[in-house]
Amino acid sequence: MNMVFEGTAFKFGRDVDTDVIIPARYLNTTDPQELAAHVMEDIDREFVNQVKAGDIIVAEDNFGCGSSREQAPLAIKGAGVACVVAVSFARIFYRNAINIGLPILVCPEAARAARSGDLLRVDLDKGEVTNLTKQKVYQADRFPDFMQEIVAAGGLMQQVRHKISDRKSGPS
Amino acid sequence: MGMTITEKILARACGREAVQAGEFINARLDLALANDITAPLAIKEFEAAGAEKVWDPERVVLVCDHFVPNKDIKSAEQAKFVRDFARRQGLSNFYDVGRMGIEHVILPEKGLVVPGDVVIGADSHTCTYGALGAFATGVGSTDLAAGMATGEVWLRVPETIRFNLEGTPGKYVTGKDYILYIIGLIGVDGALYSAMEFAGGAMRALSMDGRFTMCNMAIEAGGKSGIVEPDEVTAQYCRGRVRREPAMLASDADAVYAQVIDIDVAGIQPQVARPHLPSNAVAASELAGLKIDQVVIGSCTNGRIEDLRMAAAVMKGRKVNPDVRTIVIPGSQEVYQQAMHEGLIDIFIDAEAAVSTPTCGPCLGGHMGILAAGERAVSTTNRNFVGRMGHVDSEVYLAGPYVAAATAIAGTVAVPGEVLS
Repeated sequence: MNMVFEGTAFKFGRDVDTDVIIPARYLNTTDPQELAAHVMEDIDREFVNQVKAGDIIVAEDNFGCGSSREQAPLAIKGAGVACVVAVSFARIFYRNAINIGLPILVCPEAARAARSGDLLRVDLDKGEVTNLTKQKVYQADRFPDFMQEIVAAGGLMQQVRHKISDRKSGPS
Repeated sequence: MGMTITEKILARACGREAVQAGEFINARLDLALANDITAPLAIKEFEAAGAEKVWDPERVVLVCDHFVPNKDIKSAEQAKFVRDFARRQGLSNFYDVGRMGIEHVILPEKGLVVPGDVVIGADSHTCTYGALGAFATGVGSTDLAAGMATGEVWLRVPETIRFNLEGTPGKYVTGKDYILYIIGLIGVDGALYSAMEFAGGAMRALSMDGRFTMCNMAIEAGGKSGIVEPDEVTAQYCRGRVRREPAMLASDADAVYAQVIDIDVAGIQPQVARPHLPSNAVAASELAGLKIDQVVIGSCTNGRIEDLRMAAAVMKGRKVNPDVRTIVIPGSQEVYQQAMHEGLIDIFIDAEAAVSTPTCGPCLGGHMGILAAGERAVSTTNRNFVGRMGHVDSEVYLAGPYVAAATAIAGTVAVPGEVLS
């Protein structure tokens, strides 16, 4: 799996809530492609037309605040966004992104400095964000070990799958 | 070293003597909840993982409340998907049209949440149940799927911010005003990842419904949970409702807090949070004269009987302003029926307000009161984000039931004193 992404930054401010990431009027579906067609529509109408596969969302503090809708990271992932880099994330969004396999990084310096249009390289294994436009390298916060294990296992449901098969094959 | 009530609940749930903030634990669940928006994804994940039976058919609770009675074909398909799963799994706590209400109103009402419980819900306002002295937090659909399959959830034990509320509130100042004031004070990420513990004399004096309102909005400050130590008010509420043994826990005197914030509630005026963040709280009086097109009274935040009593006290014998569409949504069938017995429904209808079956409806811009471009609502709900209640160019002002009802009568943002005098 390629853990290095290179893409154009789309910069957002602080407190980007899940209602603007994917408005509730579209929550009558769970199809990632249908959701992706409306991602960020209430904060930036042009985003869906401009974003390309592999691009990177960059935001200030508290990205993904508000509702628990997992449709928010699904819509972002469905639009082809490779990674979200922010100063901080709201906690439910943070868990959801890890659970569905949308790479996210807490990297305050990189997030604050980046501007829309900057070319970024994100190395997930090293936890490094390079702003190729500004020629600067930033170190991201490491995932706690406990969460690193979930990521390494291929997500939360993979862990659950193991537990279920252990239960089925193990002594009762 | 002492523990907070949150640490004590989580220690019990992972079978340990003690836990500390910052630790990662696997906690046993007492209850797992999802609704018609979040359950479909959770069910798909659950089945894709090869899970066959939920860990306990009495403890997985599914409530169709967001887009029901179904607003369109797609939402009908989603509700049907949830309904079919509930039947297949033999869930004893599945709540559908006619039996249902807004999830966070009915779970406590039906005695499903007990003090000392650990609850996860695929809905951010699951934190409401902290009002009963339980640990309750919102998660996404995948976390919920894992919880349904295993009866466990991984958690980082949160730091706690303690809010000591003392003093006597002024007239028409409610739990909603306390919480809007607090979010205004600390910001929408002021309690990020933290438990918000509401304590002090003013909390002990606050009704159960007021406590639900406060804990409900902990998420609007970024909180993982809100919590109130259970007391006689809690015990009274639980009597005749709960069937499991409650654990009435309390924080130790030497518990460690990330922060302690003292608040004199005598200084809090009726609040309104301006668009587009719940933290934009100001005294309602500062917005006097602001013209309003719609008033919504209801939701998981303020759809309980006490909320309807407050609204009715203001609206009794009056008519809502002809330019304001006023929508009252009791939070559950029980609340609806109680309001009917007390004559509150007559008061609302006589005032020319619309009264609806329980639903989350307009709160999240689902249905039953969507705003057009340029329209402005005062709402007792919990979020005033861009486009939350409809068009991206509409506005939501958050308030408690007194201010909402007074505004409905006046046609402009008003405090009850002006309307009642």
